[in-house]
Amino acid sequence: MVAISEQTYKNATAVTRRDNPFRFDPLFAALSKAAAITVLVLLAGIMISMVYGGWDAFAKFGTGFLTGTQWDTMNDNYGGLPAIVGTLSTALIAMIIGVPLSMGTAIYLTQLAPGWFKGPVGTAVELLAAVPSIIYGMWGLFVFVPLFAAYFQVPVSQVVEGMPILGTILYARSPSGLGILSAGVILAFMIVPFIASLTRDMLDQIPTVLRESAYGIGCTTWEVVRHVLLPQAGVSIIGAIMLGLGRALGETMAVTFVIGNANRLSASIMDPGSTIASRIASEFNEALGMQMNALIALGCILFFVTFVVLVIARILVSRVKQY
Amino acid sequence: MRKFAIAAAFAAMTLAPLASTITAQASDITGAGATFPFPIYAKWAEAYKAASGVGLNYQSIGSGGGIRQIRAKTVDFGATDAPVKGEELTRDGMLQFPMVMGGVVPALNVQGIGQRGLRLTGPLLGDIFLGNVKKWNDPKIVALNPGVTLPDATINVVYRSDGSGTTFVWTEYLSMVSDEWKTKIGTNTSVQWPVGVGGRGNEGVSGTVRQIDNSIGYVEYAYAKQNNLSYALVQNKAGNFPVPDDSSFQAAAAAADWSSAPGFGISLNNQPAAQAWPIVSATFILMYAKPADPAKSTAALKFFDWAFTNGDKLALDLEYVPMPAPVKAQVRAYWKGITDTAGKPIF
Repeated sequence: MVAISEQTYKNATAVTRRDNPFRFDPLFAALSKAAAITVLVLLAGIMISMVYGGWDAFAKFGTGFLTGTQWDTMNDNYGGLPAIVGTLSTALIAMIIGVPLSMGTAIYLTQLAPGWFKGPVGTAVELLAAVPSIIYGMWGLFVFVPLFAAYFQVPVSQVVEGMPILGTILYARSPSGLGILSAGVILAFMIVPFIASLTRDMLDQIPTVLRESAYGIGCTTWEVVRHVLLPQAGVSIIGAIMLGLGRALGETMAVTFVIGNANRLSASIMDPGSTIASRIASEFNEALGMQMNALIALGCILFFVTFVVLVIARILVSRVKQY
Repeated sequence: MRKFAIAAAFAAMTLAPLASTITAQASDITGAGATFPFPIYAKWAEAYKAASGVGLNYQSIGSGGGIRQIRAKTVDFGATDAPVKGEELTRDGMLQFPMVMGGVVPALNVQGIGQRGLRLTGPLLGDIFLGNVKKWNDPKIVALNPGVTLPDATINVVYRSDGSGTTFVWTEYLSMVSDEWKTKIGTNTSVQWPVGVGGRGNEGVSGTVRQIDNSIGYVEYAYAKQNNLSYALVQNKAGNFPVPDDSSFQAAAAAADWSSAPGFGISLNNQPAAQAWPIVSATFILMYAKPADPAKSTAALKFFDWAFTNGDKLALDLEYVPMPAPVKAQVRAYWKGITDTAGKPIF
């Protein structure tokens, strides 16, 4: 074995010897620089065309575009509030449900699961991440929504009817199963694999010696997770959550299937609503004139919100590197 | 250097067939627009290609998209479900004519009724879609349907969330039969729905209606039939409850006065004929009166002429309704208005 590899090594050095081994480096540098600049140009191009395309709507409605609740194609009067609220509330619900699920999965997989069980569950989580969003949408509409309507929406609505606060937030005026909450739950299923697998990788990177010393001084499993592992990986986990949030904010197809696509603002999370992405997907084909401008303006707002989320994620991730 | 030669040969190999397909497509007729007639246009195109060798490249991007494309002159014809207004046609120098028709039916998913088990009236449909009638066992519905056991359940309204010619026809009908609908909501390709949930496209609405118990939506008849959805019989202007099929759709079209609106943009809703289905619409083609490329427009008109002559059977097979013969004659005469730069009719 040794002899063969030495021979191979000699051959390799003989073949690769050149007059000037560094003459391709400037070309390589230029190519990678061009690739990086292309991305920047693309981003700037998208941003400029979004602002340009939505400018008429921003100019006509001003801040009223952010606070208006009308989406009146007949009189060309547009306000984005229901879609903005829908986007933020579905993402928030997805976070509330998805983050604990992801954390539980990741902690179980790295700390508690027996070795033979880690592999299959880990692979299953990664497979979930690879399922296309339209599959989640179809599964949501055909399987989840009817069950959700019959076994959650109807009973819960009957219980909370007439109650203060809960009677408003959780009451379904038409128990169809489609709505903000359904969309939030489907989104939670979609972001769990992302957050869980990233978090698992981060927990795996924590040196074993830390964990073992914690157990050695008599910590319980909970104390190890709470006071040793989570603080160590904490900021990276926040970064993972932010990436999940970015996906939840922009998800289109699955949400369009289950949110009910209503351009109305409702205090109840059981009622149908719409998100920015679902409204664009629904209306873009047939939009003309000011409606098109308003849709692009909505897209611009979504772009901005997602951008802010990703910047926060970057800052948090870079902070962890300083430790 | 050798690598470059191989790469160049490879590129030539992949690009050469691409270039030839582009030239082959250059002689095809191009059109874009409405999704509702796409299946029949595709079927006609296939048969016409076999008969004449001329292909049709039709992109079903939606009526709004079709209007955009023909205004940008990127296609030979645009297709729209909701007719374009006369003044806009004049302004753009465009002609509009109907190609084929379809009916819209209220699709139902209610326990305990058969496929044609429920009778409704126009004003009642208006009240349901306004949210005034909330339960399936509302006295107004029960009174129309003696002997049918209706559930004590909330009505789930389902509408089209995308802009759509179907919505235009549906809201136009509701505006005709319900004053409250006319003043509060109005007629358009998308409106501000007071209640209900939205599905995307005819298939989105039919899928949602099928999935949600106690729901009512509106879809093109072809979708209701293909998906075995049950539907409601709607009382027409004459007071009858006709069955939605090609004869009741054609009854609506035959009685209408097509020359009364520019570009044949009349409404076929709520026609007075005894057996007319009350919610019917045509789908339209848009072309320039003075096209930039008269040869391509002539090819398009030849295709439409062929479809009028030979396409009825194919249309009926797909649950579309052919235009009545007198209307076809009117449309053919109307084509004389499409001229080349010298002012000579191209067809």
